[in-house]
Amino acid sequence: MSELSITLLRFGFLILLWALVLAAIGVLRADLYGTRVTSRGRGRAARRRDDARADKVAAPARSNTGVRTGSISTRDDAVAHLAVTAGTLKGTTIPLGSAPILIGRSPTCTLVIDDDYCSARHCRVFPEAGGWLVEDLGSTNGTFLDNQRVDDPMPFKRGDKLRLGSTTLELRS
Amino acid sequence: MATVSELQVRTGRRAEIALLGVSWAIIVLARALVDYHADFLELRTLGIYAAAAAALMLGCHLLLRRYAPSADPVLLPAVLAINGVGLAMIRRIDFGYAQYRGRETAFGDTQIGWTVAGVLLAMAVIFVIRDHRLLRRFTYTAGVVGLALYLLPLVPGLGVTINGARIWIDLFGRSLQPGEFAKIAMVVFFAGYLVTNRDTLALAGPTFLGLRFPRPRDMGPLLLVWAAALLLMVYQRDLGASLLFFGIFLGMLYVATQRISWVVTGVALFGAGAVLAGTIFPHVRARYDAWLNALDPDLYSAGTSEQLVRGLFGMASGGLFGTGLGEGRPDLVPYAESDFIIASIGEEMGLTGLMAILALYLILVQRAFRTSIGVRDGFGKLVAGGLGFALALQVFIVVGGVTRVIPLTGLTTPWLAYGGSSMLANWIIVGLLLRISDQARRTTAEVAE
Repeated sequence: MSELSITLLRFGFLILLWALVLAAIGVLRADLYGTRVTSRGRGRAARRRDDARADKVAAPARSNTGVRTGSISTRDDAVAHLAVTAGTLKGTTIPLGSAPILIGRSPTCTLVIDDDYCSARHCRVFPEAGGWLVEDLGSTNGTFLDNQRVDDPMPFKRGDKLRLGSTTLELRS
Repeated sequence: MATVSELQVRTGRRAEIALLGVSWAIIVLARALVDYHADFLELRTLGIYAAAAAALMLGCHLLLRRYAPSADPVLLPAVLAINGVGLAMIRRIDFGYAQYRGRETAFGDTQIGWTVAGVLLAMAVIFVIRDHRLLRRFTYTAGVVGLALYLLPLVPGLGVTINGARIWIDLFGRSLQPGEFAKIAMVVFFAGYLVTNRDTLALAGPTFLGLRFPRPRDMGPLLLVWAAALLLMVYQRDLGASLLFFGIFLGMLYVATQRISWVVTGVALFGAGAVLAGTIFPHVRARYDAWLNALDPDLYSAGTSEQLVRGLFGMASGGLFGTGLGEGRPDLVPYAESDFIIASIGEEMGLTGLMAILALYLILVQRAFRTSIGVRDGFGKLVAGGLGFALALQVFIVVGGVTRVIPLTGLTTPWLAYGGSSMLANWIIVGLLLRISDQARRTTAEVAE
């Protein structure tokens, strides 16, 4: 063998050693076990999914959207917000900005509801012409606005009660 | 409101087999490089070695899948990689002795035998001990066995004195070091005793100078075993082992009682003991001298610090990336294959390689502590914590001694240095840690089944 290939093998050996060290550390980083104490809303979500790491990814996404679990909004009353008045997430508020809000069981939704009677992407609340509209996204069990089934987008006014599965939402100012 | 949820763990067996693949490549490449530079490279022998290593690894992996499916995935690959590097290094030193010294040795081949025996022993531990809590029943037995093992080298006709230390016994023509096994027995004894009595040790007893001391009747058995073992080791002139033993005792006492006062008292006692030993025993004094004035030409030519300084020169010539496996002169250091294998590795694999080995040890210790946190019973916590601390302290004492951080004391580097007893004992530790980590990583429901 040539001098060059031996030198390459020599350094390759050192690289291999460090590859093992770094790979082992990589395995350790992913290796979570034991118990974890979580706040109420998230705890339920964590129990539903078996893979704890999927939850780790989903949780920050929710906090980024401004969802505050288990707390009453302290924001200015003039700003509208959605309040969960019944269901597993009772007490949660979502401030309404200019972005549409997706509600359902999928972790990609803005408001993730842990409810067997909800669809993965259940319904959408979106702004239009200064007001808010609610639209059903083809859910299995339907969305009801003040006991009236939502088929086409309907205007969502303050004080209206939006019901999906066992969860009730209210638009408040 | 908060909820406590249990995290579902991946068993990690897939990660383990992937890591084992990397370890296998390291083991084979190390041997290939050594053989090539000794002009000894035969593809057939190397192929047999590689196949045997793969078979052994696969066997371990399958046994773990069957009998300890949730065991820690990092332990086995890390230990095997360290062990493989050690095997290649010892073989390389064999070649070095033959080439430059005309000394025919077969340390490498013997060590391969010990490694295989050690791996099989670890697997036997996993197979036989299905639940580590079983060991708690043998708390006092372990204490007595541990002391008996320490006593064995003093039995006339059985004990052998090698290099001024009477710590070996002669068994069927092979010399064994029973102290290595006694270490494990002592960890089991301390764990079993402390888990039963930790509350009385931590809470009851008179207060003196703001520190609470335990009642003599609670502390009695512990102090008795500890003092007996320590006196024996001092009598046998086994400095490294007594340091290690004292450290394990202190560490486990701290883990069990959470009292920092123990650590303060222990370290103070140790400091006093070290100074006292330095003034009383000439051989301890010589060690201090060799450590503080290692580069003094008088000490070097008298032979006191020669080994240490040669080791330092070796590591210095290795530099950042080493001379390359098989291209240095590790045979210039006395006992390059056992006490000074760290210096040999530093020379041929450089700082980069030595740091990788130390990082692997660090990962092992971290896994032991993580297991200790994760496991639910107090006994398992103390055993895993004690074994992890023993490993960390042993590596520190050896590497610290060779690199002149602390005075040089004779101890083996786990899985790396030449020596059968050390190899077997340390593989038993791997078996125990794998077993405990299997329990730790399962959920409560699975354990209850």
